[in-house]
Amino acid sequence: MSRKIIPIGPYHPLQEEPEFFKLHVDGETVVDIDIELGYNHRLVEKISESKNFDQVAFMVERICGICSTSHPFAYVNAIDDLLGVKPPERALYIRTAIGELERIHSHLLWLGLAGHFLGYNTVWMWAWRYREPVLDIFERITGNRQNYGMMKPGGARRDIFEEDFPWIKKTLKELIPKLDMFKGAIMDDPVIRMRTEGVGVLTKEDARDYGLVGPTARASGVNIDIRRDDPYAAYDKVEWQVCTHEGGDVFSKAVVRILELYQSINIVIQCLDKMPKGPIDSGIKDIPPGEGIGRHEAPRGEVVHYIMADGGNSPARHKIRAPSFMNVASNKKAVIGETISDATIILAAVDPCYCCTERMAVVDYKTGKKMMDGQDLIRLSQEKTEKIKNKLGR
Amino acid sequence: MLKYLFNFVIFPGFLFTACFGLMACWIDRKVTSRIQWRVGPPWYQPFMDLVKLSIKEIIVPRTASKELFFLSPMLGLSAATLVSMLVWLVNIDPGSKGFSGDIIVIVYLLTIPAIAVILGASASGNPLASLGASREIKMVMAYELPFIISLIVPIIKSHGLLRLNEIINYQVANGPFITSLSGIIAFIVMIFCIQAKLGLVPFDASEAETEIMGGTFIEYSGMLLAIFKLTKTMLMVVLPLFLITLFWQGFSFLSLWKYVIILVIIILIRNTNPRVRIDQAVRFFWGKMTLLAVLAVLLAVKGL
Repeated sequence: MSRKIIPIGPYHPLQEEPEFFKLHVDGETVVDIDIELGYNHRLVEKISESKNFDQVAFMVERICGICSTSHPFAYVNAIDDLLGVKPPERALYIRTAIGELERIHSHLLWLGLAGHFLGYNTVWMWAWRYREPVLDIFERITGNRQNYGMMKPGGARRDIFEEDFPWIKKTLKELIPKLDMFKGAIMDDPVIRMRTEGVGVLTKEDARDYGLVGPTARASGVNIDIRRDDPYAAYDKVEWQVCTHEGGDVFSKAVVRILELYQSINIVIQCLDKMPKGPIDSGIKDIPPGEGIGRHEAPRGEVVHYIMADGGNSPARHKIRAPSFMNVASNKKAVIGETISDATIILAAVDPCYCCTERMAVVDYKTGKKMMDGQDLIRLSQEKTEKIKNKLGR
Repeated sequence: MLKYLFNFVIFPGFLFTACFGLMACWIDRKVTSRIQWRVGPPWYQPFMDLVKLSIKEIIVPRTASKELFFLSPMLGLSAATLVSMLVWLVNIDPGSKGFSGDIIVIVYLLTIPAIAVILGASASGNPLASLGASREIKMVMAYELPFIISLIVPIIKSHGLLRLNEIINYQVANGPFITSLSGIIAFIVMIFCIQAKLGLVPFDASEAETEIMGGTFIEYSGMLLAIFKLTKTMLMVVLPLFLITLFWQGFSFLSLWKYVIILVIIILIRNTNPRVRIDQAVRFFWGKMTLLAVLAVLLAVKGL
């Protein structure tokens, strides 16, 4: 059969985000793939330079709707690194608890979506139903189901009240039997195993070559986790383990995520138990000139934020590297040679999040040469401002 | 003549089967949603969906072969209507004797809706639809083999009767075939084949929404899509009914529970499985299911 192009995106029921995978297929087999991103570039780094340090924490929260505390978490880590201060103990525990609660809801969300992509809508609905209690916890302690606004440079923005602790612990403990059910339903279901085992295998070498992060790397047997390798917040004060699996296929990725759910519940409960009393904010006033790097293990992998301050009120440079930026490229390796049916679940298995991955470049269509660099863009923007000024007659 | 026309268009053909099927469709959606912790639609939702679809604009792609694109939904619907009339009449009308060999005609007619889907998808000129069509072709080849082999079981057990009416009478006299070992095996094989014929999960690869965006139906809209949906809905009545006729002493309105049981089995299979890949589906039907069907035939020859 002749080669055809099967488009997945920019509008496709598979993923509700603007991404474009061109699958070059021969019959049902994928022989090549083009990954095209960049439909939704939002200039986040540039916007950040126009906000003050306190506002940036809220702004980066809007980068991603699912891991909405990961970016602020990495950002406040970067500011703390810049200042060289350690926030109060209680704030560290609060940050850790919020980060882990987010991991629980994000992994459950992925689990549901993976079921949906396999045509198993029952798993989808059930996983999302059991995600609800986690969102209820968020609503109780932060006032929001998403975009919690709990991170603040030098501390936490809000306290978690002691009287809520028993309820939170009870809700989380009630989640464990449900997870056991999912674990059983997914690991023992012959049809699910048939669809996911040996599909889209990424070996340990592939994972290293592509620089994979997070559960995607851990499912290929790469034992990395920023929470353990470079401890921040309260992660070195609680007992937990890094979950890895050797398979590298879609099934391993599901297994790693399910096992991480147990660890996350464990961490949150320990955080609540060990949380000391005291202030939650160190009351930072000025940000001196300098640089800081903050990292956080988001549900999808390592987020890196780099902050450069020039003594002013807002960052002079803010660089963000989201985990999906590393993981999405590995589809090139995983998808080729598989069938279209498998390609869809492989594309989804890295838990991609495109809106934090978008990059922009102006290239010549014919030669593929880059036509503009940062200086050109700044010049362009200044010219535009000038034009608007003239138009308004000022 | 007028009687046949009435039978074909109103009762028990098109109109009656369609309404019956839409109610079955509602049961499917309601049970599914209750399994998935949702509330589910009100009982008239399938009717409303149909009405809404039929007043929508029909968009014909420029690359489509127009005649085939319009005709294939009609082909599917007319075949489904005809087969529904045949199956209903032998079950509920004591005056209808059917005709010798009607069981073979029904098997042929039951294949036509799938062929209509393939024709329509190929005519639409969309690469995703052609992919869906090629999957549907593989699926038809896969499930027809065990379907026809297990169809031999009731014929052997009734000592070579090829008339549905006589098969029912034989069962009424000698007990339903489903109580025998070969009967129950063939029945199970048939249920899986029905699942595939209806294009439900786990055998919905040809219209997999999250892979090829509706596949065979991607270019269909408005009335034509409604007709395809209606055909599927009518098959949801006819196929279980055909099964009851062959294995379970036939159907009357007092034994509605038989139909409901088969429907619930289909819904449960649909909701507790992920979609299988097309090569896995073919292997499943040509491997396990065909073996089981052959086993059932051998047992039937032995008289079990």
